[in-house]
Amino acid sequence: MTPPTPNYALEIIDLNKAFGGLKVTQSISLAIRLGERRLIIGPNGAGKTTLFNQISGDMRPNSGQIKLFGTDVTTFAPYRRAHLGLSRTYQIITLFTGDTLEHNVTLGLLGLLPSRWQMWRPLSSYDVLAGEARQTLDTVGLLHLADHPVSEIAYGEKRRVELAMALAQKPRVLLLDEPLAGLSNTERSTVKSLIASIPRETTVIMIEHDMDTALDLAETVTLLNYGRVIVDGERDVVIADERTREVYLGA
Amino acid sequence: MQFWIIQGLNSLSLGGLLFLLSSGFSLIFGLMRLANLTHGAFFMLGTYFGAITLRAYSGLNIWVTALGAGFAVAAIGGLFERLVLTRLKTNPLGQVLVTLGMSFIISDACLVLWGGDSIPVPTPHNLQAPTRVLGFVFPTYRLVLVGCAIGAAIGLYFLMERTRLGAMIRAGVDDRQMARAVGIPVSNLFTIVFCLGAGIAGAGGVLGGPILSAYPGLDADMLPLALIVVILGGIGSLLGAFVGSFIIGFIYTFGSALFPELAYIILFLPMIVVIAFRPQGLFGRVGA
Amino acid sequence: MKWVATALLAALLLLLPFFAGDFYINLASQILIAAIFALSLNLLVGFGGMTSLGHASYLGIAAYISALLTSRYGFGHGPAAIISIAGTIAMAAFFGTIALRATGLGFLMITLALSQVLWGLAYRMSDVTNGDNGIAGLTRPTPFGISLDSAAAFYWFSLIVASLALLMMAIFVSSSFGSSLKGVRDQPRRMAALGFNPWMIRWITFVYAGFWGGISGLLYVYYNKYIHPTSLSTTSSAEALLSVIAGGSSTLGGPVVGATLVLLLKNYASAYIERWNMLLGLVFLFIVLVMPTGIVPGFSKLMARLRRQPR
Repeated sequence: MTPPTPNYALEIIDLNKAFGGLKVTQSISLAIRLGERRLIIGPNGAGKTTLFNQISGDMRPNSGQIKLFGTDVTTFAPYRRAHLGLSRTYQIITLFTGDTLEHNVTLGLLGLLPSRWQMWRPLSSYDVLAGEARQTLDTVGLLHLADHPVSEIAYGEKRRVELAMALAQKPRVLLLDEPLAGLSNTERSTVKSLIASIPRETTVIMIEHDMDTALDLAETVTLLNYGRVIVDGERDVVIADERTREVYLGA
Repeated sequence: MQFWIIQGLNSLSLGGLLFLLSSGFSLIFGLMRLANLTHGAFFMLGTYFGAITLRAYSGLNIWVTALGAGFAVAAIGGLFERLVLTRLKTNPLGQVLVTLGMSFIISDACLVLWGGDSIPVPTPHNLQAPTRVLGFVFPTYRLVLVGCAIGAAIGLYFLMERTRLGAMIRAGVDDRQMARAVGIPVSNLFTIVFCLGAGIAGAGGVLGGPILSAYPGLDADMLPLALIVVILGGIGSLLGAFVGSFIIGFIYTFGSALFPELAYIILFLPMIVVIAFRPQGLFGRVGA
Repeated sequence: MKWVATALLAALLLLLPFFAGDFYINLASQILIAAIFALSLNLLVGFGGMTSLGHASYLGIAAYISALLTSRYGFGHGPAAIISIAGTIAMAAFFGTIALRATGLGFLMITLALSQVLWGLAYRMSDVTNGDNGIAGLTRPTPFGISLDSAAAFYWFSLIVASLALLMMAIFVSSSFGSSLKGVRDQPRRMAALGFNPWMIRWITFVYAGFWGGISGLLYVYYNKYIHPTSLSTTSSAEALLSVIAGGSSTLGGPVVGATLVLLLKNYASAYIERWNMLLGLVFLFIVLVMPTGIVPGFSKLMARLRRQPR
């Protein structure tokens, strides 16, 4: 009988997922401590986003366990995991394009509040929510665009709104799926410093392709290939490892 | 005992008819992701076509008539698909609505052209004598109908599994964009499949005539049955349409015979059970 | 400017019986009933992103329960109305559980199948529902002792109910629940990741839409003093869907405009053309092909463009 391990923010135990004959996740086990900054890397098709989808609940594994702060969430629907402190951003933009930035972040805040079930007061009357939303937009440097619809802002700004929405809930575990993808150099450094300034109470797990930028933010690294964990550990150790070079350079 | 046999045979022949009706619907939904609400009207058009021609020219062969009706309805379907449906590629809801609108147009047109009375369709002469098997008497036509359905099922199976066209259709059902990317002419395929589905329904309508008669409202009676068969059997699955058709044929026939007032509830119970426990239908694929 | 227009419209609506004949007052009542029905459907279609072709079930079941309770079992209108609405809500809860196992076209097909089954029952169970003959000889309620038999009285009653419906739906749509509904319509995965329960949000909306459908059903049976299975038919559901789409599903005003147009068309066309269904089908084709977003958005776009043009 394993005692509960509350010092692990996220535990993945022997996770397996296959689509027909294609094995996308093979016996993946990970243990991520509270406050850790973990980077997950691997070539295309290694199964990184699939892993994220299983952690967030968008996909169900065939076998294995996922534990969030000691609670087994393997069968929990995504919204229940959000209530346990899990938050994520997506590779593609999933914002509410017809709405203002403020409304987007407000929805982000509303998701965990009981008042989301309220049917008789207009949302616009919730001044406290609006204030918090604007504050969150301020921390990502987008307060000046708060009343603009999402459809009118630049791609890099949209990425920051995604981040704002995820951070607004003050999550305990934050999954970032390629947060730097498609960004220009200046935008990249802006988002990078935003991620670097995330408080320690939040555990950050990141998938990234842009290794140069991402490695600065990571403390520990997991290398995936063909749905398996190849190397896992402290950043510098993983980078120096033979197998890492093999995967990326085929040497 | 005779009661059970007769109802059993009626179930089989209704199942066969339902297969002729719903196989096309399932194909169209599977490939084009379109819930073709005109399908009941296509079937009804076939029934009226058969009723009118068979009564006017008593020497006509029902098989030829069915084939003719099949082509005629396929042509109407093809025109509709090319002129209307292709313009709504980006509006799936709109596509469903125009098929609904089209069904209203067709059903009212039948009313205008052929009146509000039910038109019985004569059973072909050579099939009117009953068949005797093991001391039981069966209406021959109903037996033949089951044979037709099986024949159609085999034909469709061959088409889908053994021909190039079928391979292209299956590719399109699995992954439309990929199929397009490898050069499969998906929009032509859509027209072909729509015509095929409509045509089978039209032919089925003729064959169903001797049993159902042509009457206004036939389309509204048949469409929900097709929907229930496809929901039960799974979208895009011919096997599902086949199995589902016979299950519904049995349930509807016995239900109507034993509890005429509650036949509809009995019909929708298996649908509820399937939706509750296997939303993709008995043979459908998840995420269709 | 907007206030003046609204005030004028309100005055026109209130004072209609004073300057129009009974025929037009009755027409207006019918429009109000159709508007409530279309608005209730639009909660699902426009705000929830769930297209249903079985909404007439809720209008019909409320109407039939009220008709049966008052004509056959001697219930007073008050208790009958309460039981009708309760029954409608129960049925919406049940149907919603089944239909929401799917989304998109699967949902549409299930709602259609369910409503056709209900229609078939209404037709077949003739000892209960009188089948194709319908139930006639019904009466209108007398709220606070006031008779609703005159065209004007019924019209004002409908106007009050319709105004209440519009108000409550406006509040619903702008509330936090309403915003979460729209969110689920636009990005269900994102909403789930944020902590919203998409199924529950859709289901609650489905039941609420059924509730208002039932209200319109009560008004319908009070107005006509008669109920027939056609009120439960796909044609009835389709008319409401057409109203929503023709008027524009993205606003609250759209369905009202659409319902007005569909009802006026039905009324005037039936004087010249016998085949309403065919005309309905053609209108469907026309609207979908030519004005897919509906009249109200098209109109407001036109107004915006006119305003921007230099004088």
